[in-house]
Amino acid sequence: MSEARKEIMGRIREALKTPSPKPHLKGESSKVAGKAWLPEVGDTDAETMALLSDNLAKLKASFHPVENLDQAIALVKDLAQKKNWKNIAYHKNELVTPVALAIAGNAWAVDEAFSKDKLEAADVGLTSCVSIVAQFGAILVSSETSGGRGLSILPPVHVVIAKADQVVPDLAACFAQINVQFGGKMPSMLSFITGPSRTGDIERILVLGAHGPKELYLILVR
Amino acid sequence: MRVSLFIPCFIDQLTPQVGLATAKVLKKLGQEVEFNSSQTCCGQPSYNSGQWEIAKEGAIRSLEVFKDAEVVVGPSGSCVAMMKKFYPELLHGTKYEAEAKRLSQRTFEFSDFIVSQLKITDVGATLHKKVTYHDGCHALRELRLKEEPRKLLRAVKGLELIETEEAESCCGFGGLFAVKFPMISTAMVEVKAGALARTGADYIVSSDPSCLLQIGGWLSREGKVIRPLHIAELLAMGIDHA
Amino acid sequence: MLNSKSIFIKESTLTSADGDQRQFIRTALGGYYKNRDIYQARYRNWELARDAASLAKWSAVNNLAEVLEKFVAKFESNGGKVHWARDAAEARKIILDLVAKANATAVIKSKCMTTEEIHLNDALEKAGFGVVESDLGEFIQQLRGEAPYHFVFPCMHLKREAISELFTKHLGTAPTDSPEELTMIARKHLRKLYITADVGITGANFLVADTGQISITENEGNARLTAAMPRVHIALSGIEKVINTIDDLTVLLPMLATAGAGQPMTCYNTLYAGPKKPGELDGPEEFHLVLLDNARTQILADPEQRDSLHCIRCGACLNVCPIFKNIGGHAYGTTYQGPIGSVITPHLRGLKDWNHLSGASSLCGACTDACPVRIDLHHHLLQNRRNAVKVVPNLFDRVFHGTFNFVIQRPALFSLGGKVFRKTFGLLKHLPLPYLGTWLKSRDLPAIPPKSFREAWKDSKNV
Ligand code: SF4
Repeated sequence: MSEARKEIMGRIREALKTPSPKPHLKGESSKVAGKAWLPEVGDTDAETMALLSDNLAKLKASFHPVENLDQAIALVKDLAQKKNWKNIAYHKNELVTPVALAIAGNAWAVDEAFSKDKLEAADVGLTSCVSIVAQFGAILVSSETSGGRGLSILPPVHVVIAKADQVVPDLAACFAQINVQFGGKMPSMLSFITGPSRTGDIERILVLGAHGPKELYLILVR
Repeated sequence: MRVSLFIPCFIDQLTPQVGLATAKVLKKLGQEVEFNSSQTCCGQPSYNSGQWEIAKEGAIRSLEVFKDAEVVVGPSGSCVAMMKKFYPELLHGTKYEAEAKRLSQRTFEFSDFIVSQLKITDVGATLHKKVTYHDGCHALRELRLKEEPRKLLRAVKGLELIETEEAESCCGFGGLFAVKFPMISTAMVEVKAGALARTGADYIVSSDPSCLLQIGGWLSREGKVIRPLHIAELLAMGIDHA
Repeated sequence: MLNSKSIFIKESTLTSADGDQRQFIRTALGGYYKNRDIYQARYRNWELARDAASLAKWSAVNNLAEVLEKFVAKFESNGGKVHWARDAAEARKIILDLVAKANATAVIKSKCMTTEEIHLNDALEKAGFGVVESDLGEFIQQLRGEAPYHFVFPCMHLKREAISELFTKHLGTAPTDSPEELTMIARKHLRKLYITADVGITGANFLVADTGQISITENEGNARLTAAMPRVHIALSGIEKVINTIDDLTVLLPMLATAGAGQPMTCYNTLYAGPKKPGELDGPEEFHLVLLDNARTQILADPEQRDSLHCIRCGACLNVCPIFKNIGGHAYGTTYQGPIGSVITPHLRGLKDWNHLSGASSLCGACTDACPVRIDLHHHLLQNRRNAVKVVPNLFDRVFHGTFNFVIQRPALFSLGGKVFRKTFGLLKHLPLPYLGTWLKSRDLPAIPPKSFREAWKDSKNV
């Protein structure tokens, strides 16, 4: 054990010999089930979906619920044409691959051999996700299941394709699910994406697309 | 009830009319009002300056002054907070702790006493004026009084209460802060009193006379027409008009 | 001699007199207040959420040794490497060695106040490593050669014209008055750097003990890129950032965003567990975490103010602080501005030299009410004042309060003193008296009454 570690741990143990009182809690927060003090999530699936849709709109993300994968393909094709998406990077996945392959132009799958420069030149990153948190409109991606770390952040447009059953009501449910899905072996990166990249650094005026994607699309297949 | 007046030192010397108005309103509400003239200052200036050993002496003295009082009522959120909240902390672990807690339980800010102890909101006042309210920080954040003074004001016939976004922001008094950091303090009152003056009200009302000293001092220096007025003065005036 | 106090007095006197700048800061914060209120109102119970958040931090900080050990074991089992730094110099040395070992020619950084605390950029530059800040605000401040103005909104004091001029001067871009265009200039400039940098340096908002992850909160995506592209990722964090479980983030992540920036959640909240794993497509080969003490254990040893280690650096206390809004961030002369800075700087850098910050407060308590983790900020300022009296005896104060106490202990003397004051006020107001003279420079006193309350009361009894 390093000298520094030993010394810091020693200082901590010494410091904590005098206890400090537990915070004086106003209510029975520890007793409230399901983190019921956080924002409302709704009771029914329809309410949860409405909340998600509302949150994404406020975040300036585009939300497209569709009935099936064919509709998703048609939608992305249409978008690609309108927005002139030529260079589309995606990762191999049962939802993502069929969509990517259907788009005219150059869609290519990231793999271990891809170069950063090549990814930098892409117009769009097309990915799947782990789950979607309705409570905040947050989309959770991972390095393991969403094509690595760069795909969802470097290209100026991020399109996410997911299934409706990936929507969870709140963060608590999301973490519970992560624990089950990944167990003790977390992916090296898990990232909640809550709307397109933004900054308010200049006069606190909102600008989208600071460093990450300017546009974020969520296509949700029922 | 037998109400023992707690008249902070600067009200005593600089704005005695606030103390007199306090007594008048309480008497009108049927209270027996007494004033123990051996009281002086609660010790807050020393407490806020970090001179806690000196402040303790002031606190112990106040315990003695008010030991026989049934209830203690003061027209200053700040000085009442000193007695109600800070005495028990200041005297924690000393032989005075229990007495400090006993005093704390019997001490009330003027509007709080009327609304939450006497359960009265309409004191029977009439005043055809427009007012805006300034929340003193101690009343608002130490004593958690926000609605109490407003309930009293809303019940005054003919009175119009104009709320502003700056109602809760600090006036910049802060006791000796006002003279230790005069530029910051003045900048703060400029923002605060400036916003309140723009409401076009006749009076800036507060339950904290120290804030009114600061706000009034700035308004007067800047030649503004809006006047500071303590809530007790307003109610006393309204009782006369009724 | 110019010490930190006289610099503070000089700076704050200047800045608080600048009405235009004060108004600019207020306007800039206007949108924040509006959004904060909207998103706070969506909580079913914000106060209970504050309880939960403060309890989460309390239980980690008060079991710091165990929780840290647990975190470190888990972090290393994920493939990361932990380094311990007792103070700023040790942290700088560790990071410089790591950068040198990586044979780095370029280093990219995402916003991290702890690196400001240890003056990392200076050290890197002196050692010959080019380092570029990637957060837009920090990038601007780096070009200006100026410290952040606000630890969450680093360049909130700047008007767009100044930023445009800065970019023209340093990047050769055409002038513009559009915040959008200015942002795009920085975006374009920095993109290449993410890709060419060998080392990425970030901070950490939370260290999650049960999973061994570090959590980074941001809006721009620059931290995501900094931790994705370079070959080596180095994170620097204070030891107090550790929390017990990933579940604690259910309150901490949204509250950090809502309290600090008026957002439901910030754009990116990312959890890192180790470097690139087998089977993953990209990511750094090495992941280092430097854990910094730098006097945090000293705060820990003060049970009264231990809760100041709960701070999640959301910036809410600055945004509501009337002192901050009037004097601005630079006048403090500290890494951490505003109420939390005034509370902890005396611990980090010495009460003797930094106690004046605790005095420069009206103790209004707006900060304490705003703090999502319920740090008793304004009472800590009061405690600092009390503690300072023992460390730095102030003769004037002692005499002043001693005399004042002598008078208030004697009602007759108090009454007499008051009378003399009132009778001679006409003369006194022309004298350069301490306190009174200062007051009268910018404010009047009410018309001096002929009788004090006690005299008037006595008269009314005698009628
Ligand atoms: S002290 Fe509280 S309000 Fe201030 S930055 Fe820290 S967590 Fe936020």
